[in-house]
Amino acid sequence: MTGVQNTSSTSKSAIAIDKARAEGRSALIGYLPAGYPTVEDTIAAGVALARNGADLIEIGIPYSDPVMDGPVIQAATTEALANGFAVRQVFDVVAGITSQTDAAVLVMTYWNPVVRMGVDEFSRRLAEAGGAGLITPDLIPDEAAEWMEASDKYGLDRVFLVAPSSSPERMKRTVEASRGFVYAVSIMGVTGARSSVSSAAEGVVAAAKGAGAERVCVGLGVSNADQVAEIAAYADGVIVGTALVAAIRDGGVDAVAKLTKDLSTGLTRK
Amino acid sequence: MAEAPTAGSDEGSVDAFLQGGSLKHAPGPYFGSYGGRWMPESLIAALDELEDTFEKAKADPDFIAQIAELNKNYSGRPSLLTEAKRFAEHAGGVRIFLKREDLNHTGSHKINNVLGQALLAKRMGKTRVIAETGAGQHGVASATAAALLGLECVVYMGAEDCRRQALNVARMELLGATVIPVTNGSQTLKDAINEALRDWVANVGNTHYLLGTAAGAHPFPAMVRYFHEVIGEEARAQIIEQAGRLPDAVCACIGGGSNAIGIFHGFLDDPSVKIYGFEAGGDGVETGRHAATITLGKPGVLHGARSYLMQDDDGQTIESHSISAGLDYPGVGPEHSYLADIGRVSYEPITDSEAMEAFRLLCRTEGIIPAIESSHALAGAIKVGQRLAAETGAAGAAEKIVIVNLSGRGDKDVATAAEWFDLLDKDSAEAAIGKEGEQL
Repeated sequence: MTGVQNTSSTSKSAIAIDKARAEGRSALIGYLPAGYPTVEDTIAAGVALARNGADLIEIGIPYSDPVMDGPVIQAATTEALANGFAVRQVFDVVAGITSQTDAAVLVMTYWNPVVRMGVDEFSRRLAEAGGAGLITPDLIPDEAAEWMEASDKYGLDRVFLVAPSSSPERMKRTVEASRGFVYAVSIMGVTGARSSVSSAAEGVVAAAKGAGAERVCVGLGVSNADQVAEIAAYADGVIVGTALVAAIRDGGVDAVAKLTKDLSTGLTRK
Repeated sequence: MAEAPTAGSDEGSVDAFLQGGSLKHAPGPYFGSYGGRWMPESLIAALDELEDTFEKAKADPDFIAQIAELNKNYSGRPSLLTEAKRFAEHAGGVRIFLKREDLNHTGSHKINNVLGQALLAKRMGKTRVIAETGAGQHGVASATAAALLGLECVVYMGAEDCRRQALNVARMELLGATVIPVTNGSQTLKDAINEALRDWVANVGNTHYLLGTAAGAHPFPAMVRYFHEVIGEEARAQIIEQAGRLPDAVCACIGGGSNAIGIFHGFLDDPSVKIYGFEAGGDGVETGRHAATITLGKPGVLHGARSYLMQDDDGQTIESHSISAGLDYPGVGPEHSYLADIGRVSYEPITDSEAMEAFRLLCRTEGIIPAIESSHALAGAIKVGQRLAAETGAAGAAEKIVIVNLSGRGDKDVATAAEWFDLLDKDSAEAAIGKEGEQL
């Protein structure tokens, strides 16, 4: 099993986070659902994210049963599916963004669409599109044997999640299985903007670092520059999702660019 | 002898079982290549706590005694085993016995599982239980157990199902539960489970998710089966007492598969007993409008387990269709997927029409109104009986014994049945409401 320690030379996510670190700041990670409202819009919004301060981009695959998502992302992914989004189009989105920007582009997906395509085939096509790796909200390392093998084969990052409820043993196991960074869930709950960031997040980051993680990024509930600044004080990266989805819903690509620029001001604030 | 393995990656397991292994008490997390924990990390600690509490409880005589006492003096167990002689005349003349889970308190097998899990919730110090429900029977049972044990109860129910089963919504509210209609997705059972999981992840500190079927992440499939094993244990002892021998076949309906795994378990290690699971064939499996997960699905992961799943080429869950809300689920418990692959259990679809004919037949031949879910098992038993008669002739058929798990009573289904059989006066208030949405 490859740990996070020895992979910075090959991990696109690690390179992006380390570049931000070298600039004396945390990395900004933005989430967009693929195909919302269209595949072209997602590519344009991803490019806007990268050009306005995002170091890494998460592209979500719309899925019929998104149990970890709150109402805003559910509504967006349901609309994408209603518009005919097909899973293979996620590779068009990834290629469309990586061909125009230097951002590391990860795919965030519930596991069944990957199982259906075949873990190896999905991984091969993701690598071919220039993707950095996968964030897997409903796949734990215990069930990830096939993904461990495919991600090693194609040099992809494996971003597993850790939570406030993770035991020290699970924290260690998850950190060891991860590559690129570890995704720290700030609160016990689903995606969605919240007025304040849980104080649990700092503890989760400390526990993950204590378990050997070199890079820990925090997500869930982050929606504005003040919250970005709060988290940037202790995490290697800050993940914003729902607020960006609301921005593209209400104001299109321009709103995504504007919000990203604003969020990025929080990265270096003391 | 059990049938030879039919297909799948676990071929040979039946041979192992025949050579002296046992299929009973499978502990999970895996059943062959099925089962596991395909769940967010946030919930793993809660699943670990539940598994630990369950394992300790199983070994605790006090817990065993508590369950036995509630089963006897609250649920009304053991449930009867009733021979259905007039009904059996339509099933090739075999002898048919009904395992009367419909006579349990709250009207179905569901009470077995909810009492067990609610006791575990108390042991874990949780003060709130949440549940999903399709037909409403698990919701009613959960609300009942919560009332009995002093727990707060929230039930998620698809908005479409709330409409189909309005009386059960009222029952749950009478019992003190809060019913939350789910308007996402197909507005049925799978979406209710999604919403319950979202609640659980946010409230896991004080909340137990009282999952109603033998599906989901470990330890749910093995644990829910454990609480329903009493069905098969009783049925096996009762048939030996009443008929002097084991049955030739056991039939049950399958949605998620909890009543089925409960009765099947008692007979898994009896090679002479053929076991049949009847899935909801809806309008017919050729129409695409059905819930025949094992018959037509492909392995995938949903709601925490790897199992057969109705899904499209992209791995998106396909909406299921059945006249029976309790079988209207695109997944199935992982132990059933395993039993299908090794050929121990045969799974077949039954259409809405076949189920409703069996429903009416049982009403008129035995004076028992069955749940539409259970009517799928009755329709299947008619086919099994006719096949046995074709194999053995009339004299031979009279010696054959088939047990049907009558998993629930049909009081909740009277409105649906009245509409199906066009029994309502065109000018009646009930017919007017029925046109709006089947609710009476």
